[in-house]
Amino acid sequence: MVATQTTLKTRSVSQEDNVLVIDGVTYHSRLLVGTGKYRDLDETRQATEASGAEIVTIAIRRSNIGQNPGEPNLLDAIPTDRYTLLPNTAGCYTVQDAVRTCRLARELLDGHQLVKLEVLGDEKTLYPDMVQTYQAAEILIKDGFKVMVYTNDDPIAAIHLEEMGCVAVMPLAAPIGSGLGIRNPYNIRTIVENASVPILVDAGVGTASDASIAMELGCDGVLMNTAIAGAKVPVLMASAMKKAVEAGREAYLAGRIPRKRYASASSPVDGTFF
Amino acid sequence: MEIYVNGEPRQVEDSLHISELVDMLDLGNRRIAIEVNLEIVPRSSYTIYKLQGGDKVEIVHAIGGGSVDGG
Repeated sequence: MVATQTTLKTRSVSQEDNVLVIDGVTYHSRLLVGTGKYRDLDETRQATEASGAEIVTIAIRRSNIGQNPGEPNLLDAIPTDRYTLLPNTAGCYTVQDAVRTCRLARELLDGHQLVKLEVLGDEKTLYPDMVQTYQAAEILIKDGFKVMVYTNDDPIAAIHLEEMGCVAVMPLAAPIGSGLGIRNPYNIRTIVENASVPILVDAGVGTASDASIAMELGCDGVLMNTAIAGAKVPVLMASAMKKAVEAGREAYLAGRIPRKRYASASSPVDGTFF
Repeated sequence: MEIYVNGEPRQVEDSLHISELVDMLDLGNRRIAIEVNLEIVPRSSYTIYKLQGGDKVEIVHAIGGGSVDGG
């Protein structure tokens, strides 16, 4: 009995397996969420809470001048003492705009260095422009930023970005906002196998099973926005995504059975009386 | 003198300090960041930084955003 209990203990999920470490900081949730596309800030707050996320992306935009002085502030719904804010260069198509956005974010958030870099290539696909992504990453890393980088699902690109010093590499699963799910699981798996920094699927998740698949492939986390904010009931989807990421992680650690073409009985054949 | 604030031309007093511009725009209690002619102006310099005619001022804040343009 004692031996069985010990075995069970060693096989349960260790503390190390349970946490996500990015640039030396430990997080207990492997789900990262965006704060765009919600109906209002109250829905943003509720969905973010339900997701259990600790890292939350924000965008930097022009302030409304003289239009709405009493306008509610995102940072009231997503307080900086509760969440790690991840300023994001969403919408940037050039190195200069991405670098400016990160520098403004650092000033806005009192020296905050963790950023999400994305430099987009075109509006139709919102695919990353990798040439400009490399250039911007280099400038930002030299300037002291901790860069979590959005990339295509190219294993070689992921290696380059890690070697440059990005603190996390975030391949797309499918185009941003498409909800098409994990289109190239083999590449995602290869990227994970090669990496020694966290790999997070960023973009393309449509529903809970997509998030589980990403985690079953061995990803360290998943970042999403539209799949939650665009659902009919965003707060419920946020809760579903939380469970899906946890379930996928546990399934990855547990190790799935191999796929076989034919059946194998799960009840013993010995001792049958018929 | 004329300056540009978030892309819009605006007539202001000569040698206006950034802190005065912020007060004028009723942004004193908001969490913002400011860049003038593509250079960040640290919050600690708002009271000493004097604007000049033709300056391009960008005033930004945090809004909801994710993997796609949150605007």
